[in-house]
Parts: sequence; C-alpha cells; structure tokens
Amino acid sequence: MIFDEFNPSEDKILRVIDNDGEVIRPDLIPDLTDETVVKAYKTMLFERVADEMAISYQRQGRMFTYPSNKGHEAIHAAAGMIIGPDDWLVPAFREIGVMLAKGVTMKEIFLYYNGNEHGSNFKNAPRVLPVNVPIGTQLSHAVGIGYSIKYRKKNDIVFTFIGDGGTSEGDFSESLNFAGVWQVPVIFTIQNNQYAISVPVSTQTKSVNLAVKSIAFGIPGIKVDGNDFFAMYLAYREASEHARTGKGAVLIEALTYRSGAHTTSDDPSRYRTKEEEERWGLSDPMPRLKKFMERKGIWKEDEDSLRDQYKNEIDNQFLEAENFAPYSLDDVFGYMYTEMPEDLKKQKEEYEQFLTWKGSRR
Amino acid sequence: MVQAINNALDIKLSEDKNIVVYGEDVGVAGGVFRVTEGLQKKYGAERVFDSPLAESAIVGTGLGMALAGLRPVVEMQFDGFSYPAFNQIISNVSRMHNRSRGKFNVPMVIRFPYGGGINAIEHHSESPEALYAHIPGLKVVVPSTPHDAKGLLISAIESDDPVIFMEPKRIYRAIKQEVNDEKFTIPIGKAKILTEGTDVTVVAFGAMIRECQRAMAMAEEAGISVELIDLRTIYPIDKETIKNSIQKTGRMVVVAEANQSFSVGSELIAIANEEAFLYLEAPPKRVMGFDTIVPLAQGEKYYMITPERIFYEIEKTINY
Ligand SMILES: Cc1ncc(C[n+]2csc(CCOP(=O)(O)OP(=O)(O)O)c2C)c(N)n1
Ligand SMILES: [Mg+2]
Repeated sequence: MIFDEFNPSEDKILRVIDNDGEVIRPDLIPDLTDETVVKAYKTMLFERVADEMAISYQRQGRMFTYPSNKGHEAIHAAAGMIIGPDDWLVPAFREIGVMLAKGVTMKEIFLYYNGNEHGSNFKNAPRVLPVNVPIGTQLSHAVGIGYSIKYRKKNDIVFTFIGDGGTSEGDFSESLNFAGVWQVPVIFTIQNNQYAISVPVSTQTKSVNLAVKSIAFGIPGIKVDGNDFFAMYLAYREASEHARTGKGAVLIEALTYRSGAHTTSDDPSRYRTKEEEERWGLSDPMPRLKKFMERKGIWKEDEDSLRDQYKNEIDNQFLEAENFAPYSLDDVFGYMYTEMPEDLKKQKEEYEQFLTWKGSRR
Repeated sequence: MVQAINNALDIKLSEDKNIVVYGEDVGVAGGVFRVTEGLQKKYGAERVFDSPLAESAIVGTGLGMALAGLRPVVEMQFDGFSYPAFNQIISNVSRMHNRSRGKFNVPMVIRFPYGGGINAIEHHSESPEALYAHIPGLKVVVPSTPHDAKGLLISAIESDDPVIFMEPKRIYRAIKQEVNDEKFTIPIGKAKILTEGTDVTVVAFGAMIRECQRAMAMAEEAGISVELIDLRTIYPIDKETIKNSIQKTGRMVVVAEANQSFSVGSELIAIANEEAFLYLEAPPKRVMGFDTIVPLAQGEKYYMITPERIFYEIEKTINY
C-alpha cells in the first residue's frame, strides 16, 4: 500500500509530477488512458470556470456570499473519478467539483448561494448531503453512514471532507476515533489549503502535518500533494480499495492552497502577502497537469473555445437558478417537519392575514 | 457600533493587564467584522490573538484563564457557531461560582454577532438569547446603539460573573452615532425607556429597536402613543421598568427576531401576567420570528420583523 511508503510521521509527501508537469515518480504514475487524463483536465477546467463565473455573479449583485474553490480542482477531479454512483459524499463547503461528479448541478449550487434552500435538494444526487457550514460536524455523519453501509453489508464507501482549520474542532478527533473503532468504509480528506479564513495552519496545530493525526486513531493516513492530479488519483484509488474491502477508514491530507479569498466577503491582503500567493501559484494544479499533457503531446484542444463552451453552459445553469420559482411562504414553513404542527399552521395563517392587511393598505 | 465595541475593548485592554481577547480571526485580521481591528498591533499577540478553530476549547480555556486571574473576552465568530461551546457554557462556565460555593469567580465575556437580515448563508442569522438567558448563572446583554454597546461592554468586562454579549450584526455599521471617547459604563440589568408613551408598551432590544422606532412613527400618525423600552439586558431582566410601564399603558407588544415559542417574548408575557395582570386591557402580544429556521436570504423577507408588521400588531392590540 502506498500509505506504507509515505509515512506521515516522517513528513513524506506523495507527489508524482512536479510543477512543470515532469514525472518524478514514473513507477507511481497511474495507468490512465490519454483520454481519461484529458477528461480529468477538462473537469478541472469546468470547475475553475464555474468558480470564476460564481465570483463574477456575486460581484454583479446577482448572488450572495460565495466561497471560491480555486486551487482545489485536482483533489476534486481525482475524488470525482473514484467515487462511485452508490458511494456517499458528505461535503464541507469547498468541494464543488466532487459534488458535480456525483450529479449535483451548478444550477443547484447557484440556487443555494442565491439564498434558496431548494439548492440543497440535489435532485440527481441522492447520496450527497448538503454543504455543511458548522465546521467539522459533518464528519461524524459520514461515520454513521459508514456504519449503516457496514451493517447492511454493502460495498459502498463514504467520501467526506474537512479543511485544515476544521481539524482543530473536537468533532474531527471524535469522528476519526469512531471511524477507527468501528472500522467503517470512510475516506476522510483534509483539504489543507493553508488557511482557515485568516488563520494559518501553523496556528491550528503543532503536529508535523495533519495526516499524522491518523496514527493516533489507528487508521492509515497519507500526506499528498493536492495540486498533483496523479498523486491524488493514486491516493484515492488505494484508499477506496482499502475502504471497499472492509479494512476501514483512511485519512488523506491533500496539501493545496486557497488561491482565492475565503469567500467573496473576505480580503486576503489583510493577512497574507502577494509573494506567498505567487509562490503557491507555481504549483497550481491546472497548468501543472496541462504541462504534463503537452509534454506527452496529448493536449490537442483549444482551451479558449472550451472555456467559452463551459461559460455558456454555466450561464444557462445560472439563469435557471435565477428564474427559479419565487420564494414562497410555504418555503419558510413547509419543510420544518414531515407534518406541520398545528401551531406552525396558525403562525403561517396569522402571517397571511398580515399580508392581506398589508396588501389592502397599498 | 463596530468602532464603539473596538473602543470599549481598547479602553479595557489599556486599563487592565489581565484582560486577554481571543477567538477565530480576531488577531491578525482583526475579526471578520473588524471589531478587533488594530488591537493586536497595539497590545501584542500575547493579549489579542487567533486561536485554533474550536469554540468549545475557546470557551473552556477562557474559563480556565478566568479561574486563574485573567479576564478573558472571547469571540464566537457567529451566533450559530456558539453552539459547539454550549456544553462548556451550560455545564461549566455558568456553574463554577455556585459549585465552588463562591470560591471561584468567572469574570469572562463571550461576545458574538447575532441576528438576521444580512443575506447570510446558513447558521449566520440566529438570535439565541433565550437559549443563554435560560441558563442560570449567566448574564445576557444585547446593545442596540453604538453608545450602549460601548457602555454595556465595559460593564460586561468588569462584571465578575460570566456575560454573554450579543452584538446586532445587522446594525454593526448601519447606525451612525457620536460616542464619547472617554470611559463610561451602562449598568447591566437595567432597561431603558427610550420614548415615553401612554397607550401601549413596546419592548424590544438589539437590532429590533430601530424597526420599532420606525413602527412608532407610523403609530404616531395613527394617533397611538407608544412607550418604547430597550431591554438592554436580557438577564437579569428589569422587571420593575416593564411592570411600571404596563401598569401605565395597559398593553404590551414584544418585538424580537428569535423564534417566538419559549422565548424572551414568552418571559415578558409571564412578567406582564405576574406583575400587571389587573392592569391589562389587551392580551400581551409577541411580534417575533416564526418557529422555523431563519430562512436563507430569499426567504428572509417573510421572517424578518418589519416596521409595518410591528405597527399592524400595535394597532390590533390597541383595537382589541
Ligand atoms: C463551528 C464553526 N465555527 C466557525 C465557523 C466560521 N468559519 C467558516 S469557514 C471558517 C474557516 C474554515 O477553515 P478550514 O477548515 O481550513 O476550511 P477552508 O475554509 O479553508 O476550506 C470559519 C472559521 C464555522 N463555519 N463553523
Ligand atoms: Mg483551510
């Protein structure tokens, strides 16, 4: 198992290609067809374009606060290729690419960030939970789902995500501990993008890295270059084999960088330097994979026209979200319980009376 | 208000070496709402700092500091993220004085921005004052103006009991008011009559005061004289001021954005019944949030209390 070679307590990192797309570990390069690699890149490009568009809609005042996914595409593309149709996805809130791979649509994502809960009801993705805002609380849900899978003797596995900052929450440790004790099929990914809003990882932990925390819970862990698509792919392939064959949970630390602001409300210049951003920019997962493809001579597409095509698609999705049925009073009351209690019905009626009164005053 | 709170922290930090200020993003960045901006520069990273991301431990360590000579002012980044610390607050912070038979004091402030109306995503729009006011051993304070925020926060920091200090984020920057640069305090546990009136008592706090003032203008036009009370402190609640007012007007409307059931509104109605029953000319009324989750941005237009809705209920109470 690759996890044995890259022991996190020695702070080793799994990396297959370098920043120039050159293969540094030929023995580890996954045997993917050229088309598959090209497809992976296109998936990443789609996510990046969607992210740029989301930020621009927000700037135009057509959408509310949105957290950028820029820089995390390799992690998402790799997970998206390994996660199966019956596997579960328990996200934090910065995994749009994986959600898309599971059948969530940009329309739904836009709807959510446009302030409508219908954007959390993923119509074509039954095994995807809504994004999880209270940091860290999602991980135990993943463990519970894992328990259910094991109990029902299924082969499905669970992918769950958390940020570097999130590893400081008690929920992180509690969940990993449960996962170890119960030996459940859960792949935990820490997207270590160096920051929790303004707070750097060095303020979160004294550990040599985050993957090393797996050791305390008795599960395999590995630190991976999260900007290296091949490394992420390899890690996920081995992790899923491990989990799917009843061996239990796995922890992956994906080392990356939050290239954008925390959200559209944040201004990173308050807490980090341009130089740092530029330094990390050199390992951006997209040019890196592109250079690999160019070296191999397998990239023959015109990126600009691909971008245009994606922009079109994404804009249509956005328009669908924008033209979604207007938010109704039923949307406020109708989903609180499977059956609405009498008291809530009365509150709704009283409010409707107010609306009638208000209407009659105009 | 952001400036006034910053100023209160500044004054206390400069005056008392035992005060420390920490939480998520409060140090280097100066807080996601910039409430603590500049304080780390001025007082150093030993006194104003970023902690790891863990609310329970932020409050738990704060309790430890408070037991050992410091006066921590900790921040929960948002209302909805104070809950991971709930166990520490309800099981330890609020009980230590009683459990130790007064051996230990807990001079600690837990501040957080609260409330809706800012088009936020989930868990960023809540009003949990009743959750905290329900816990014996805590004081709960909610200012409605920059001036009050400063005076009340200084009192909170000087309190030897733990204080939950809820800041109405919706009006963090919405209300412009000159605030005296000097140190001053506003007593915890005292409500303030903002406007005297004779027909109906309206009780509110925090961001709802502004909405009530707008409703009052409508009521005035309709010939209704409103007595507006700013609760300022949720607990210890100022029964005296409320009682006297209801005895005078005979009517009460409570305005708050929290879910209405089992709320501060419910408590005020209990006070009206217990303290002024024979004076009541209409049933006291809650104009409060539905018993639902605060909707996402598109649905807030229904949930958030508007001046019009307050006026509507005032008028109904008058015409009862
Ligand atoms: C329990 C809780 N506390 C605070 C917050 C506010 N908050 C939102 S994102 C964030 C930082 C998260 O950092 P990290 O876990 O590294 O994830 P990233 O945002 O980098 O993806 C914070 C503090 C929250 N959502 N939940
Ligand atoms: Mg992070």
